[in-house]
Amino acid sequence: MNKYKKADEAVKLIKSGDTVLVGGFGLSGTPLTLLDALTHHHAKELTVISNNLGEEGRGLGKLLLSGQLKKAIGSYFTTNRDAVAAWSRGELEIELIPQGTLAEAIRAGGAGLGGFYTKTAVGTKLAEGKEVREIDGEWYLFQKPLKGDVALIKAAKADKLGNLVYHRTARNFNPAMATAADLVIAEVDEIVETGTFHPEEVVTPHVYVDVVVRNRYVKKGGKYVVPS
Amino acid sequence: MSHHEQDPRIKIAKRVAQELREGDIVNLGVGIPTLIPDYLGKKQVYLQSENGLLGMGPTPPEEKIDMDLISASKKPVSMLPGASLFDSADAFAMIRGGHVDVAVLGALQVDQSGEIANWAVPGQRILGVGGAMDLLAGAKKVIVTLTHQTKNGDPKLVKTLTYPRTGLRKADLIITEKAVFQVADGQLILVEKDPELTLGQLRSITDAHFEIAADLSVSFK
Repeated sequence: MNKYKKADEAVKLIKSGDTVLVGGFGLSGTPLTLLDALTHHHAKELTVISNNLGEEGRGLGKLLLSGQLKKAIGSYFTTNRDAVAAWSRGELEIELIPQGTLAEAIRAGGAGLGGFYTKTAVGTKLAEGKEVREIDGEWYLFQKPLKGDVALIKAAKADKLGNLVYHRTARNFNPAMATAADLVIAEVDEIVETGTFHPEEVVTPHVYVDVVVRNRYVKKGGKYVVPS
Repeated sequence: MSHHEQDPRIKIAKRVAQELREGDIVNLGVGIPTLIPDYLGKKQVYLQSENGLLGMGPTPPEEKIDMDLISASKKPVSMLPGASLFDSADAFAMIRGGHVDVAVLGALQVDQSGEIANWAVPGQRILGVGGAMDLLAGAKKVIVTLTHQTKNGDPKLVKTLTYPRTGLRKADLIITEKAVFQVADGQLILVEKDPELTLGQLRSITDAHFEIAADLSVSFK
């Protein structure tokens, strides 16, 4: 089984109108190569589910500037001024979900659950329109699961089967997103022979991964930069 | 601020550091809470960061910076011996499930029942919430840190919140540079006060009603 594709081939699997889960916390653990490739692809009217929208002109920030995003669902968009501006002009829809509820909704989506009740956000503006019920004397609100047509995730390494290991806090939303989309494309720094990973170090088992692409960025001074 | 007066943010951070107990699992919010690690001395607490790290250490030297190892404020950090890494869903299960002993949050306002507002300003664009609501709802103990007044001199401890609330959960302890309040039975109780301030002066800069503890300390310097 060969899951390897070039990034520009892999993103052709994304269609206009798709809901795309994108891993990362800021730019850490973000599939930068896939997002670059996606800006050169025709898919538009995309709904993105991601904690943030990258930074101005970087990561998902690039996809925002290329005009391919219709809607963003996530927890924190104020750090990208372009996102705030696009929203102000009515060019970008935004749905704000508390970060923990976002992560759990994606996990529920991937685990085949119909949603869950959480105390988070009860009584706030973000609870508007959501069902609220009392459980054992405390108030909870209902959160539906979140799923994507496609997930674009970032891991440190894949083996040839598609098992993934992550690096430090670049793991963040990636493992949950790997479970919650019909098509999962993983960008990795390195592809190794099957059997290289100890079974206990595998965080995302290969069953979840459909396509593996290689990250074209290289690490310099602790940051991913475009190779010179 | 006269030369002998300390930065109010540092005074607050030092007081929170005293409140934390050896071995506590602590999540520090943005703003004043990030100053606390500098004042812990030899007290060992374990810092949890909601992007997936327990056992967070200080900013590393330049040559060791790795942007794959960051805090929830997206700043480079290090890992201490015994640290562990996990994904965002697990990080919030840890928070929501009541496994974090203390969350120290910054706030814009606190009302006289201990309810807090720390994620949005009325009339401004609300495009970010992050983990504020999850931390408030889930931590075993919530300590709120804020300067006593706004830059315009308006009280931040108010009768009724004018900013959007962060949740139904009330704070347990409120620490400003002027005073420390416990929250009990939906009331604020003044437990410590800056000795340079009379009770009348404190009331004049505090819109919220508060009770006074029988063993009020006036040595909060």
